[in-house]
Amino acid sequence: MAALALEIRDIACKFPSSDGSGDFYTAIEQVTLDLQADEFVAIVGPTGCGKSTILNVAAGLISPSAGSVKVFGKNLDGLNTDAGYMFQSNTLMPWRSALQNVCLGLEYQGRSKLDSLSIARDWLKRVGLGGFEDRYPHQLSGGMQKRVSLAQTLALEPKIILMDEPFSALDLQTRQLMENEVLGLCQPAKDEPGKAVLFITHDLDEAIAMSDRVIVMSAGPGSRPIGNFLIDLPKPRDVAEIKTHPKFYEIYNQIWQVLRDEVLRSYAKQKLMMDKA
Amino acid sequence: MIFSKSSLQIKFWQLLILSSVLITWHLASRSLNVAFFIGEPLIVLSRLVDWLFINRDVYIHLGVTLLETCLAFFIGTVGGTACGLFLGLSPRTSIVLDPFIKSFNSMPRVILAPIFCVWFGLGIWSKVALAVTLVFFVVFFNVYQGVKEVSPAILSNAKMLGANRSQLLRTVYLPSATSWVFSSLHTSVGLAFVGAVVGEYLGSAMGVGYLILQAEGTFDINTVFAGIVLLTVCALSLDALVGFVEDKLMVWRPKNDDTQRI
Repeated sequence: MAALALEIRDIACKFPSSDGSGDFYTAIEQVTLDLQADEFVAIVGPTGCGKSTILNVAAGLISPSAGSVKVFGKNLDGLNTDAGYMFQSNTLMPWRSALQNVCLGLEYQGRSKLDSLSIARDWLKRVGLGGFEDRYPHQLSGGMQKRVSLAQTLALEPKIILMDEPFSALDLQTRQLMENEVLGLCQPAKDEPGKAVLFITHDLDEAIAMSDRVIVMSAGPGSRPIGNFLIDLPKPRDVAEIKTHPKFYEIYNQIWQVLRDEVLRSYAKQKLMMDKA
Repeated sequence: MIFSKSSLQIKFWQLLILSSVLITWHLASRSLNVAFFIGEPLIVLSRLVDWLFINRDVYIHLGVTLLETCLAFFIGTVGGTACGLFLGLSPRTSIVLDPFIKSFNSMPRVILAPIFCVWFGLGIWSKVALAVTLVFFVVFFNVYQGVKEVSPAILSNAKMLGANRSQLLRTVYLPSATSWVFSSLHTSVGLAFVGAVVGEYLGSAMGVGYLILQAEGTFDINTVFAGIVLLTVCALSLDALVGFVEDKLMVWRPKNDDTQRI
C-alpha cells in the first residue's frame, strides 16, 4: 500500500475561551484519521463540531494542542505545502481579474509570467470559464466565483485537496454542477496518481454522493469521529443520479442513525446556551 | 456625455442658484457702505481677468501654491502609506507608539506653522511641512485601518497558495491598502491645498495665500474674493483630477450602477 497522504493521530485542539475567564474550550479531542493518497473522504457532523478545525490542522494553519500530523510519512511542520485549500468564504482578491486570481499560486511559486498565464487560462477553461478571464470577481456570479477558486486551487496540482463546505452558499442546481465538476477534476487520468480529498460538509447527501468514505463527528465540545462508513457505490458518479441508486438510501439510513443523535445533542446544547443567555 | 431630462433639470437649478446669488451680490453691492464689506462681483471678475489674461502675474503665485500642494500631497501620502503599512504589520510597535500618534493627530497643527517657518525659512518648504502634517495622518490612519482589516480568508488563502512574507505584502497588503488610500485621496488633496494656503497666509513672499494676505492688509476686499474664487476653482480641479485617476486605477471596484453582473 502506498504511503498515507494524511495521518492524523490523536490530535486535540484547545482554544482560550472567548469570555475571558481563562478557561479553555476544547474543540476537538482524540481525533485520529487516515487519508489514502487517492481517497475522497467526507467529514459530516452537527454545526460547531470542529470540522473546520480538523481541516485547518491538516493545512498547517493551526497547530494542534496535542497529537501528531504526518503528510506522506513526514511530520507536518508549518504550512502543508502538499495541500490546496478551498475555503468556505470568498477568498478571491477583488482587485485581480479571474485570470490573475488563478495565476496567484503559480506566481508565488516563481513561475514565469507567460507560463503561469497559459496554465491559468487552461484551468479557467477546464472549470468552464473560458472567455471570462478579464472579469473581476464582483462581475461574476457566486457559482462562477467558486469555479475561479477551484481553478486557483487545482492549478497548483496539489496532492491533497482540503475543502471546507465550499459550495454551501450556492443554490441546489449550481451546487450539483459544481460537485460533478469537482469529481471529474479530481478523477485521476490514466497514469496519473489520484488525489486525496478531505471534504467537509453538513449535507449528508452531498457527502455520500461524492466520497469513498464518510466520517461522522460527534457534537462539540471535544468532538471526535464516531462513525466511519465506506461508500461502495459505483464510480464514476453523477451526484444527482446516484441518489436514485437503491444502495444510496441504505447507506444514508445507516449514517443518519448515528448522525441524528449527535445533531439532536448539539441542538439541545445550543438551546441550553441560548436559554442561559 | 448624454444628459437625461432629469440631469438637465438639475443643471438648470444649479445655474439658477448660482446666478441668483451673483445677482443678489451685485445688487447689494450697489450701496458703497455694503460694498466695502462684501466687494463687487464685477470688480472681482475684472481682477481675475487682469490676473489671468492681462497682466498675467498670478501664475507664478498659483504655481508656487500648487507646487507646495503637490509636494505635500506626495510626501504625505508616501510617508503615511509606509508608516501605516509598517505599524499595521507590527502590532507590538503600534501599541507602544499609539499615544504619541494620537497626540500628534489631535494637536491643532496650524499652530506648528510659525515653528516650521523658523525651521525651514519663509520659502516653500515651511508650507510643505505644514501641509504634510495634515495629509500624513489622514493617509496613515486609512492605511493602518486597511491593513488591519484585510480579509483573514484572503490572507489564509494566499498563505495556502504558498505566499512568503514579501509576496503577502506585495499581493495582499499593498493592494488592499491602496484602495483605502484612494478613499482618502479626496480628503488629503483638499488638506494639502489648505495646508499650503494657510502656510502662505501665515508668512511668505509668494503664493495665492500671500496675495490674499496683501490684499487684506489694504482692505482690498475684491482682490481677497478674487483669490478665494481662484483657490476654489483650483481645489475643484484637483478633486476632479483625483476622481479621474481613481476611476482609471480602481476598475475592479464594483459600482452601484454596475449591471454587467451575470
